[in-house]
Amino acid sequence: MGVFEMPSLGADMEAGTLVEWMVKPGDAVKRGDVVAVVETQKGAIEIETFQAGTVHHLEADLGQKLPVGAPLAVILGDGEEAPAEPVAAPEEARAEPVQPAAPQPPPPPEPVTAPATAPPEPTQAVPPPAGLMASPVARRRAAELGVDLSQITGTGLGGAIQLADVEAAHSGSAESKPAEVIPERKPASPMAEMRKAIAAAMSRSKREIPHLYVSQTLDLEPATQWLAKANQGRDPASRLLMGALFVRATALAAAKVSMVNGQYVGDPFEPTKSVHAGVAVALRGGGLVAPALMDAQDLRLDETMSGMRDLVTRARAGRLRGSEMTMGTITISALGETGAEAMTGVIFPPQVALLCIGAPQRRPWVVGDQVEPRQTVTVTLSLDHRVGDGRQAARFLNAFESFMQAPETL
Amino acid sequence: MTPQEIRTVFLIELSKIAPDIDPSTVSDDDHIQDDLELDSMDVLNLVTALHVRFGIDIPESDYPQIATPALAVAYLAKAGRQVGYE
Repeated sequence: MGVFEMPSLGADMEAGTLVEWMVKPGDAVKRGDVVAVVETQKGAIEIETFQAGTVHHLEADLGQKLPVGAPLAVILGDGEEAPAEPVAAPEEARAEPVQPAAPQPPPPPEPVTAPATAPPEPTQAVPPPAGLMASPVARRRAAELGVDLSQITGTGLGGAIQLADVEAAHSGSAESKPAEVIPERKPASPMAEMRKAIAAAMSRSKREIPHLYVSQTLDLEPATQWLAKANQGRDPASRLLMGALFVRATALAAAKVSMVNGQYVGDPFEPTKSVHAGVAVALRGGGLVAPALMDAQDLRLDETMSGMRDLVTRARAGRLRGSEMTMGTITISALGETGAEAMTGVIFPPQVALLCIGAPQRRPWVVGDQVEPRQTVTVTLSLDHRVGDGRQAARFLNAFESFMQAPETL
Repeated sequence: MTPQEIRTVFLIELSKIAPDIDPSTVSDDDHIQDDLELDSMDVLNLVTALHVRFGIDIPESDYPQIATPALAVAYLAKAGRQVGYE
């Protein structure tokens, strides 16, 4: 029997609000199934169970803000008998205050440690039924306005409900009846929450991780030409982006120079064989998430591209999974097609390396004894100095360059 | 399809990809990347959506020709006539 708990979905996550159950008592679940949706500072995240079995009962109510470790549900393993008494959650998990990772003044007596009997937060008046896709900002606005998400038809990708849909539904109903729910306190905007989450993770990184940086400018002409040619024969749905080549080359290089790949969870650092490649996705309107493309070392280039497309779509619709938010082993952050030529980034803890890719630039380049105009790109690896030195960072960049020089092998 | 109808469909697809964009505030000369801040994945998703809606497969080399609503309407009208789409 297992108690399914509020997971930590980021280095500095303290609490999350349960917004959706995807299972009910009696449902069979297997490892990796999405069990619930939790609203965090980084948006709504689907959380998975790591235990197979049958859902015995649900401990937490929709709308509850619960600290990391709080019990959400009880899952019985195969063949296990249901307990006679409702299972009491471990006291310490229930009573534990929300404790920041770093030494700080005692936590304020805010009711974030809501006991199981606490009333739902007023802003979460209308929990959406299971299966709804809605962006984080749309969810929050719907809660503010008292709009029932299940009554709205989404117009976003995959039918996801967007902010505009909520506003439209609200203005439609507002004509017939005046808005009666005025929140007593205005909740912080999703963007302000996201900035807080980024600030916490990056401050922790700069406090704990001694960064070192190694840069290299490389010839992007072979990859540029190969890509243009490859895309000529493809319809738009199957076209590739340069970003997919960068992610694929990173995954191969990280598999080869494995000491840049993994999570630093204690000494000694143990590199991971699987490369779960975090892809930094800028959200429109500001903010950043870096969900991981799982087992990227085993994905062909086309699979890498479709995986990235899926991640970006779900990041914007607010449908990322807990595993994608927590299991990354290295992150790639690219500035895009045009703009600044280089970026030196802050490692996403507990990872040990971050690869920043500047916008490609057309520059004079020496080929043989000639100077030619070529597409170039500058890549910078930030590495945790506790696990390696500049020499290993340079080895990784050399491997990355070699893969980018032979795009047909990616 | 009239240019006005093409423009409407273009803006609908654009706002599906970038829901924070209010189609009524987009001007004909707004650049989808420089002004409306679409990234390369957004542009690819827009091209994919236009392929589905109009049956017009816009090659990568023609992306600059759909970079603003005004350019896109002219391009899609012309391509539509060529594939016999009216």
